[in-house]
Formats: sequence, structure tokens, C-alpha cells
Amino acid sequence: MPQKIHIRLAAHRVNASVAVNRRVPKIFTPGQVITEQNEFMRGHGTYEEEGFLKSSVAGVKEQVNNLISIRPLKSRYNGEVGDVVVGRITEVQQKRWKVDTNSRLDSVLLLSSVNLPGGELRRRSAEDEHMMRQYLQEGDLISAEVQSVFSDGSLSLHTRSLKYGKLSQGVLIKVFPSLIKRSKTHFHNLYVGASIILGNNGFIWIYPTVTNSEDGVGGFVQNLEEVVSRPERETIARLRNCILALTQSKMMLFDTSILYAFEESQKYSVPELLVPEAMVDVAILTQDRLSMAENS
Amino acid sequence: MALCEAEKTFVLHGVEENFRIDGREREDYRPMELETNIVSHAFGSARLRLANTDVLVAVKIEVDVPYPERPREGKLEFFVDCSANATPDFEGRGGEDLAVEISNSLAGAYRSPEVFDLTKLCILKGRKCWKIFVDILLLECGGNLYDAVSIAVKAALWDTRIPLVKSVTVDGNNIDMEVSEELHDCQKLDVTGAPIMVTVCKIGEQCIVDPSAAEELCSVGALVISVSRNKFSTILQTGSGSLHPQTLLECLQTGHKVAQRLHDALIETLVDIKPSENSVGFLR
Repeated sequence: MPQKIHIRLAAHRVNASVAVNRRVPKIFTPGQVITEQNEFMRGHGTYEEEGFLKSSVAGVKEQVNNLISIRPLKSRYNGEVGDVVVGRITEVQQKRWKVDTNSRLDSVLLLSSVNLPGGELRRRSAEDEHMMRQYLQEGDLISAEVQSVFSDGSLSLHTRSLKYGKLSQGVLIKVFPSLIKRSKTHFHNLYVGASIILGNNGFIWIYPTVTNSEDGVGGFVQNLEEVVSRPERETIARLRNCILALTQSKMMLFDTSILYAFEESQKYSVPELLVPEAMVDVAILTQDRLSMAENS
Repeated sequence: MALCEAEKTFVLHGVEENFRIDGREREDYRPMELETNIVSHAFGSARLRLANTDVLVAVKIEVDVPYPERPREGKLEFFVDCSANATPDFEGRGGEDLAVEISNSLAGAYRSPEVFDLTKLCILKGRKCWKIFVDILLLECGGNLYDAVSIAVKAALWDTRIPLVKSVTVDGNNIDMEVSEELHDCQKLDVTGAPIMVTVCKIGEQCIVDPSAAEELCSVGALVISVSRNKFSTILQTGSGSLHPQTLLECLQTGHKVAQRLHDALIETLVDIKPSENSVGFLR
């Protein structure tokens, strides 16, 4: 039985904010004066005009000693060495792939910084160069780590570990990079029966947990014959909708918040989680549980 | 945007299982948000947001001369503009093909007199009529453009107020019109017959409605079915794939059924609009 079709009026929009009765940081808008003194150093997101330090983006102030910077909520991804990213191949070139990682410029993945199938230490021959499209072709998704940042801000990636590589079946969600909380690990095998890669660049990959580490992530194998079972599919869809609910309320995304949201969402069916009221409800319940865990 | 084979497989198996990547069934719609009277200087306007698809429609009216072959009818024209904000592909003339396709399909769907009565727009037979320009701006593309556009157009026409003509005097070749100066003296259009378009997308062996952008990439072809008052108005096939006659019939049935539900939901929402409500606009 199909669900009812919801067409709501914009005037009846639900307020997605979960910051009711909580301290809200001051938000600076572009052109707003941050400080009138000029002993401060200008950091990212700021500029000097007529002796004032002004904001060039919309975001919150971050101050380290004398350095003031404004961190925007919505921005492209600014990579840092060691970040875990999820990206999509856009181009195959000689000796390298171009990867879309939500940065201002496409990142590069050099042929010399991937683990090729068939051995750890192998010379990369001219044959490998010809085979590049067999390994990764346009449209393929990969997980990788940022190896270095070039002077123009574009990133060089590497996948020289078994946990990185081509991604198989699953769902990609795109969120703001600033919503991903930095943590020790960005690969999580959730107990609910699905795994998740929280890319620092705001790309989140949800996929069925693989039991034997040989196939799936960490290689160049995609198993297209395997049909993901219905319960796994439901878990993945629920996780997807929960993450979107948290994103709508601008909540930080990490394993605990996602698991809490997943548990709080059980009273709704998966398609019901697309309705804004349910999304806000889940976000508020999650926020409550997070602040309770923080206080105890 | 492109998808890799594994993602496509995942979407495909989901459709077969009747459990799509966001948990919807094959005939489910994503929730929508509608606002009418959003452009203050237009005669009628609407904005529809369907997940990541965002459409703004404005209606403006001019006095024009009817076509000589149809002296008793007014005119209705559609224009679609693809903003480069939606996708970089629309930059320059990139969106032109899509824009022409959408406006032509709308013009086709509204052509029949049973769908939309153009005689109401006639002011003086053969001499003066109203011409309605429907301008559609695509602000964001997240799949299922046709459905979103048709709903937004219907809502904008519902919102449209045509000034009331008090008297028309003919003096030789001069025609003088007296338009009521009262702001509230205006006619509303009858849009109950305005067509609703439903895109039925064929993925694998199954047909789905309201495809997301990812699902559109997985399908070989789609059928855009416009339905007006229980009747089919136009049918348009998009994409490269071909359809088996049996599948075509199934698609038509699905489209007809879904269009009814969509129409009912839309009318229910439109009736609910109170004129006093503050406008929400784009900044909230």
C-alpha cells in the first residue's frame, strides 16, 4: 500500500533547529565587522577594510591567541593530510586518476599511490598504465586518504592500505564537510548490521557489513551478483534517512550520534522518516540523549 | 554526475525488492513543500520543492490580439529557464534542449479545451484577449523535474488573479477597456482540469514514480504521463530505451492512478492556503 502524498505549505514548515534553550554561537555574515582593533591577525574567512577586521563568509568565530578566523557552515572541502575521504573518479589520465572529492579543485590519485591487485611490492609497468581503466573507471567510488596538499589547495590521495580502495554496493550521501566530526577512525562497523565510512569531505558511504575482508572494500573487486538482503537494505535506508535528519538540524555526525538517531527512529517506519516532522523529532531525541550522555 | 555499476546494481535490486534506497515503495512520493504568491509583482506565482528539486513559477498577463483562426480564445504560453545554479551543465546554452522539451510538453498538455478553457480569457471577440505567460525557473535539479514543474504550474495558475474588465467600448479602430481599480476585484482561473504530469520510470523490470537523481541514472527510459480529470492529456517518452506494449499499458495505469492521488493531495493543500499568511520566501 503506497504512502500518502505529502504536499505541505511553506508557512507550515517545521523548525528544524534543535538549539532551543541552548547557547547559540554568534554567527557572522559576510562584511560584518568582527573587531575594531587591529592587533589581531587575520585568518581564513576574514579580510581587512578601513582598519577593521571583517568576515568574508557566513560562519562562527574561532580564535587562537591573536589569530581570528571565521569557519563557514557551508563550504567546499579543505583537505588536510591524513583525512579519510570518499570520492568519485571523474577522469582517467596518464599515470593518474582525477577524483571529485567536493574540494574546489579535483584531487589526484597517482597510479604509484594505489595498491594494485596481485602483490604489495610491484613495479608499475607501462602495462599497468594501459590497464588503469580496468582498475578504476569514470564514475567509480573510492575511499582514500589525503597524502599531501599541493600549493594550489588540490589534494593528492593514496589508497595504500587494505581498508581503502574501490567501493562496492551501497548508498552515498552528501553532507556539509563541517558536519563530520573528526575522530580516530572514520570506518565504523555498526552493530545494527551495516557499515559506514564518514569521509571528512562530507561524503558518507553506507554499505552492508562484509564478513570476510577479502572482497568489498580494500581492493578492486565489485561483486555485482550479490543481492543485498531485505533486512540489510532496511538498515541501510534507515541509516541514510537518520543521517539526513541529523543534517537537516545541522547536528554533528559521528558513530554515537548516528547510532542514537538510529535507535530513536525505531518508532517510525523507514519511509516515514522522510517527513520533516519525524526528522526533527529524531534529531531532538538524539540531541537530548547526547547531552544526557555528556552530563553524566 | 555518474554512478558506478555497483551503485546501479544496489538501486536496481532495491526497486525489484519494492524497497528503494530511501525506503520508499515503487509508487511513493517524497514529501513536497509548496508556497504560492511568492513573487509580489507577478499575477500569480508558486514555488515547489520536492526533496532537492526546486522550481519557481511566475505568471504574468498581457492584453493581446487573439489568433484569427481562434477569435474566441485567449493565449497561454510557457517558457522554461534552466538556471546554471541548478547544475553546471545548464551553463550558457546547456539547458536549452531540456527547457524546450519541458515547455513543449506543457504546451501540449494544456492544448485541449477540456483541460484548460481559453475562452474565459477572451475580452472582445477577435479583437482583445488576455495572454498568459507562464515562466518556469528551474533552481535545483534533484530528479523528477516534469512532475515538480506540472504541480508548480498548476499551483501558480490557481494563485493567478486576472483583473476584472468592467467595460469595453469600441470606437472605430480604438478599443477602450476599463479595468476595475479595486485590487480585490479579480477573476480566478479554473484549474481543476489542469494536467498533472507523472513520470513513470522503468528500472529493470519494474516501473517507479518520483525517481531521485540516482534512480534516473539507472533507468533506460521513462514515460511522462499527463492526466487531467481522469483523462490522459499527453504522453511523452524520454530516454533511449523502448517499451513493450504490455509495459506501456502497465505504465499508463500506474501513472493514471498516481496522478489522481497527486491531484487530490495538491487540491487539498491549495484549499488550505489562507491569504493572510506571511510569506516565507527563500531566506528561511
